Amino acid sequence: MPSWPVLISQAFNGLALGTLLALVSSGLTIILGTLGVLNFAHGALFAVGAYAAFVLLQYTPSFALAVLLGCGFMLVLGFLLERVIIRYFYDRPHEDQILVTYGIGIVLVESIRAAFGGNAQRVPVPSWGQGATQLGFLIYPTYRLQLIAIIAGLLLGLYLVLYRTSMGLVVRAGIENPVMVGILGINVRRAFLLVFAIGVVAVGLAGMLYAPVVAVTPDMGANFMAQSFVVIVLGGLGSFPGAIVGGLIAGEIISLTSAFNSSYSEVMLYALMALLLVLRPQGLFGAEGRS
Amino acid sequence: MQIDRRQLLLGGVGATAGLMLPGGAFAQSPASIGTFPAGVTADSVFVGLTIPLTGVFSGDGGDLKLGYELAIAQINAGGDAAQQWGLKGKGVLGRQIRYKVSDTEGKPNLDVQSATQFIQRDKAIMVAGSVSSASAIALEELGSREKVLYMVGIAGSNDITGKNCQRYGFRSQQNAYMAAKALAPVVAKALGKNIKMAFLVPDYTYGHTVYDSFAKFSTEQGWKQVAKEVVPLGTTDYSSALLNIANSGADVFVNIAFGGDAVASTKQAEQFGVLKRMKLVVPNLSSFQAKELGAELMQGVYGSCDFWFGLQDTYPLAKTFVESFVAQNKYYPRWGAHIGYMQTYLWAMSVERANTFNPVDVIKTMENSKAQPYDTTLGKVYFRAEDHQMVRPIPILRGKKPSDMKHKEDFYDIVAISDGESVMNSPDFFGCKLGPYT
Repeated sequence: MPSWPVLISQAFNGLALGTLLALVSSGLTIILGTLGVLNFAHGALFAVGAYAAFVLLQYTPSFALAVLLGCGFMLVLGFLLERVIIRYFYDRPHEDQILVTYGIGIVLVESIRAAFGGNAQRVPVPSWGQGATQLGFLIYPTYRLQLIAIIAGLLLGLYLVLYRTSMGLVVRAGIENPVMVGILGINVRRAFLLVFAIGVVAVGLAGMLYAPVVAVTPDMGANFMAQSFVVIVLGGLGSFPGAIVGGLIAGEIISLTSAFNSSYSEVMLYALMALLLVLRPQGLFGAEGRS
Repeated sequence: MQIDRRQLLLGGVGATAGLMLPGGAFAQSPASIGTFPAGVTADSVFVGLTIPLTGVFSGDGGDLKLGYELAIAQINAGGDAAQQWGLKGKGVLGRQIRYKVSDTEGKPNLDVQSATQFIQRDKAIMVAGSVSSASAIALEELGSREKVLYMVGIAGSNDITGKNCQRYGFRSQQNAYMAAKALAPVVAKALGKNIKMAFLVPDYTYGHTVYDSFAKFSTEQGWKQVAKEVVPLGTTDYSSALLNIANSGADVFVNIAFGGDAVASTKQAEQFGVLKRMKLVVPNLSSFQAKELGAELMQGVYGSCDFWFGLQDTYPLAKTFVESFVAQNKYYPRWGAHIGYMQTYLWAMSVERANTFNPVDVIKTMENSKAQPYDTTLGKVYFRAEDHQMVRPIPILRGKKPSDMKHKEDFYDIVAISDGESVMNSPDFFGCKLGPYT
């Protein structure tokens, strides 16, 4: 049995891991929930974000500015992907969407590899996030502490846009009945374009913010992609609050299991997902009866 | 022509020893076996390279590929470098080496798939490659089943020449046992005797055997284990495992993770303050670890490896290798490149010594190399007949301070070169039972 300080440390670490998973998964769930597209390029877009931060840091004086410019880049990339490819797949079956987005993912990852090679790239922790902070009995990396706050702010912002603005309303109504919304004189397609781009920015941003913490490699998104699917299944497909709660639960499971035995952390995550799917197939926040 | 005379003499010794092998060795090789003689044309032979060019091992894999390609180009050209190794003319036995590379992402099933294709479609006379020990085990099994020689790429697990050893597989890299036995006394001398250590162990054959070996030899030095964190291969976030390590009260952090995993975990260990409180020891350094992490983090870090370019000051063939590699690829070769390069030459030399591509004869020649050691980039080395593990020197490295680096890739000092004989496990220690030749 691990000591209480270790358990509490791991619970705190679960919060940090969970907020990150929530941000990664929110991009996935926004696109799925509003556009009905299962975006398998999600992991690749995470890596694109990290590489955007790596490149931009070489030309900008500050990490914050690099991230801001990176968001602009992800927004443009999101627009492009939606206009050139994704919009032709809104009305197609899920299988087609999965295949085309999976293909986009492969192209993105291989483009990164062609441009930067397979070795890990170094993205340093920004000067304001260096070192570790003493939290009582727990010493925790300062940058990760800041990430919790930054990501919480970002998630709140996303929530407000989707649920408290007229744009969010249009988007959600557009999903239910695009024809009716169109008759009301609203350009549903343009709203869709924006939603897809926001989803891309969310995951790209997660990649940028996480770049100083992990090894920046072309394949870095693969693991997150699998975990974020677990998160949205836990939380309920397409539910934004579900992604946040699911992310936090996943982070806690991985971390708390590690307090006992690290090698079982992933196993426990999938075991819990399986259990939840039996008891509540639609996930914690999934709409009742959603197919 | 001193070299020729020496080789003639050594060749004589080899042939005599060969005749003494049980069963008369060379005389009884089957006329047709595996891809022989179908794969040998009048002017060329095919070699299949299965290499992870993507995934966590892609850094090492890319380097490995360049090593194979350099050796193949040199052997095909038959210039000075090939002659230095003792090869005659252009190619191997007058045949040009054709080759293909397949990207296997470090996944054993993809390794087996592409190697099978190389053997069946291209009639590969030899297969080489792999970075993951799990892949190497799968490939040597395939090679033995198909009766096609497999020269192991980068792979440190004891199992490869231990319980999973195969008649058709040969490894030139030191195993985890040898590396740990060579490394432990050096680090104990540098860091002290009463040391508490915490392990980070990737959950596959490589991780477990490196752990077993280093735990054994460090314990013999009076070190004590206080934490062991086993993590899945390809983990992105090590925070949970590192929290346990940070709280373990250890003096030394033994990081066994390899490739991209080594980079991610070490980077995060630094952020969790682990590297401030603990010395880092890496039983098997990954090829580009120092470059990817930076000298700041790697200074003072001890580890073993297959090869470092500083060995060019010790071995003449290493100098030729390093110089030709730098000229071609504009960076200093790592041990991945070295293994690919050296293995290709070892195979070519063995084929020329056997005077046939027949794998049974080539295997017997390699098994017989103790009597006639190969002159290589690591000096004189040979394959042990009982388990096909190369007996070879092991360089122990220590990360340089950034201010001591002479150029941007001058990351390590070679603090010791352990001789192979003294660190070998006994041939049956890991339960090796080589299969039949035919």
